[in-house]
Amino acid sequence: MSNRLKRILVGIASANTVTVTVLAFVLAVVIGGILMILSDQQLLHEWGYVTSVPGDAFKDSWHKVADGYVAMFHGAIYDPSAKQAARPIENTIVNATPLVFAGLAVAVPFRAGLFNIGGQSQLIIGAVCATWVGFTFSLPLPLHVLLVIVAGMVGGGLVGGLIGLLKARFGAHEVISSIMLNNIALGVLAWLISTKAFHDPKRQDAISKPVKDSALLPHIHGSSPEINLSTLLAIVAVVAVWWLMSRSTLGFRLRAVGSNPDAAHTAGISVTRTQVYAMLIAGALMGLVAVTQVSGTLSASHAMTNTLDNGIGFTGITVALLGRGKPVGVALAALLFGALNAGGRVMEASTQPTVPHDVVTVLQAIIVVFVAAPLLVQEIFRLRDVRRDGSGAAPSVAPATAVDSAVEPVL
Amino acid sequence: MAVATIAAPAALAAPETDTRRYTAAAAQIAMGLVALFAFGLGSRTAHGADTTFGLTLLSKSGTHVPDWVFPARPAVVALALVCVLAGIARLAGRLSRTWRLASTSLVLFCFTFAFMAWSAADPKGGERLIIPSLLNSMVVAAVPLVLGALGGVVGERSGVVNVAIEGQLLFGGFMTALVGSATKNLFIGVVAGTLAGALMGLLLAVLAIRYLIEQVVLGVVLNLLALGVTGFLYKSLMQTNQSSYNSVTQFGTVRIPGLASIWVVGPVLFDQPLIIYLTVALVVLVHLGLFRTRWGLRTRAVGEHPAAADTVGIKVLRLRYGNVMLGGAFAGLGGAWLVGNVGNFTESMTNGKGFIALAAVIFGRWSPFGALAAAALFGFTDALANQTSSLQLPIPSDLLSTLPYVATLFAVAGLIGRVRAPAADGKPYVKG
Repeated sequence: MSNRLKRILVGIASANTVTVTVLAFVLAVVIGGILMILSDQQLLHEWGYVTSVPGDAFKDSWHKVADGYVAMFHGAIYDPSAKQAARPIENTIVNATPLVFAGLAVAVPFRAGLFNIGGQSQLIIGAVCATWVGFTFSLPLPLHVLLVIVAGMVGGGLVGGLIGLLKARFGAHEVISSIMLNNIALGVLAWLISTKAFHDPKRQDAISKPVKDSALLPHIHGSSPEINLSTLLAIVAVVAVWWLMSRSTLGFRLRAVGSNPDAAHTAGISVTRTQVYAMLIAGALMGLVAVTQVSGTLSASHAMTNTLDNGIGFTGITVALLGRGKPVGVALAALLFGALNAGGRVMEASTQPTVPHDVVTVLQAIIVVFVAAPLLVQEIFRLRDVRRDGSGAAPSVAPATAVDSAVEPVL
Repeated sequence: MAVATIAAPAALAAPETDTRRYTAAAAQIAMGLVALFAFGLGSRTAHGADTTFGLTLLSKSGTHVPDWVFPARPAVVALALVCVLAGIARLAGRLSRTWRLASTSLVLFCFTFAFMAWSAADPKGGERLIIPSLLNSMVVAAVPLVLGALGGVVGERSGVVNVAIEGQLLFGGFMTALVGSATKNLFIGVVAGTLAGALMGLLLAVLAIRYLIEQVVLGVVLNLLALGVTGFLYKSLMQTNQSSYNSVTQFGTVRIPGLASIWVVGPVLFDQPLIIYLTVALVVLVHLGLFRTRWGLRTRAVGEHPAAADTVGIKVLRLRYGNVMLGGAFAGLGGAWLVGNVGNFTESMTNGKGFIALAAVIFGRWSPFGALAAAALFGFTDALANQTSSLQLPIPSDLLSTLPYVATLFAVAGLIGRVRAPAADGKPYVKG
């Protein structure tokens, strides 16, 4: 074997980020499969007599799991029987777009030492502002869309800034104030869409007036659900956050405050002000999620309902973790989660008996657990330590690695 | 909390005492004026309306206590004036810490009572607020919060952050319903639910202590996992077969003779399911355990300075494993309460209660009685919003339902301020 090939093989077999992520995915798929088998009463019955007739249990279990995952693949990547071959990929991108913003909205404050669990409130208030602007004004197309986007960012930013301000001014723990604001925002939303100002008089159910056509994000590619301007905005946001975090003064301050607030303070950086800025940015990013929800293609009615947030505020946390807090990583993580969401919906609709969409939630959680615990994956697959070269002895879990990953923040 | 320990240096953050005093006084006077003009002089209390407080719990047998009726307007106006006067007194001179606390408590009590008197005021005499049912729904709402928060306290005092309380409640509730229905025995179900909570605690402990995952994020992910697994199994197993997988008997009440006949509060506090007494006992036990026993001293030592604790021979990691599992068991019991209270499991039935419990941990400054107080505050405002929503107040019910969260937010920002977590909270300990 040539030296070069050997080096590549050793590289693959070591616990680097890509290998760990791929293996984490494999493990999640295995565990998801076990869950599918456990949930099927017919299969459980067959496993009851597996020692006498092993064929039934193994064959049917295989079919169950394979059907589920094949349906998921068809929904997310490629469906040979579909008329438009690109449709599943489009679905994946449409699903991934809001997750990019949400992941960034968690990643930015995390680098500044803040945990943004208040995405739900930022999203909801952003949506309230965006929707109000969307159905109130009549403006020419590009102007109206622009105004809706700005309104969403301002609304979300205000809530994010409020969380930062409460911490800076009163020392209120950001986790508590975020959780409280999430619930307050839900109440305010429920109230608003029952008021005359917001409720759609043509509808009986709890839904707001739809935004005008001029407020809809212009579509770029494909037919409904099509890829629209928000996907471009997501790419812009990734680049902007990358620039902010690694090239700008503010980004330097954010990272300084996150890694050692005392040192940052000594160096003359205002810790509280920096944290308020971090939450403002996070809120504005969550406001963009709101815009994709209201003016985008995910909700057919282009209006606010009580379930508008759809758990995206919390999914953003897992996306940020999977992406290790890096903008490009967040984008890739969002694509993976978007694919799982798109695939999960098709799987739920096309399997018989139904495999519920919730298995996607399980897959996402397990992938993140394994990615966050490279030591665990390393032990399961007996991988080489990433810091050792190929000449080293058989790898065990070296204490040095443990200390390193303890010091290195996950995000 | 891991992220939380990154706070601004104290010297920078501590506000001027005078500013703080003026803010507090202004808030108290403002509350008094709101009570005066919105409640005391509003149309609801006009025309000699009477406030009616019912004092008998309708659902339970017991001696009938006659309603408490008093004229609404004079009472509310008097309470409002007390708030204003307390604010002016605070403005006038510097008070000692005890008096400041007394002043704040007085204003909060008067304002709440004014709100209650206003909401139960009706010139025709039809509307009434039943105080024992208010207290009863407060107790029912507080139990899972207390148990969840207690689980958080035990874990975090030893240095492991537990954001997964929500998932532990949910999984505990799910297993209670599943095992309780399969065995047709609620008690076995509750035991299974408690063990399931402990199992979730073990998972948290292994991943946090052995595999060093960032603990706040780990908690969020475990919540997601619990939500996914229970949601998946609920839809594929329970929904199609409710009677055999998801139907338990509800908790029966245990009446404590003598105490249960105490005026008004007796039936609320001493005629309840066994778990409620157990919860109160656990709060006392954990308090005594943490501050009076060898286990508690070791737990706190490990949570503050694990290296020092290790040096004197305390097994840091073993203690953390034990504490996190114990905390998980408490939360699992809380989940069992949720299921046993209504008789079945529903998807995502915890509905954010675990996060409220997490807030109660921090709000109660990592102490069992503090957590109890925080949970009680939350339970009370929640019950108040529920019970007054049927009284046709001019406040929309959706907004009224945010009352517990608004109250907690104000309490956290205004009363509690900066809190200090155990020093090693959220930091993994690696020997060497």
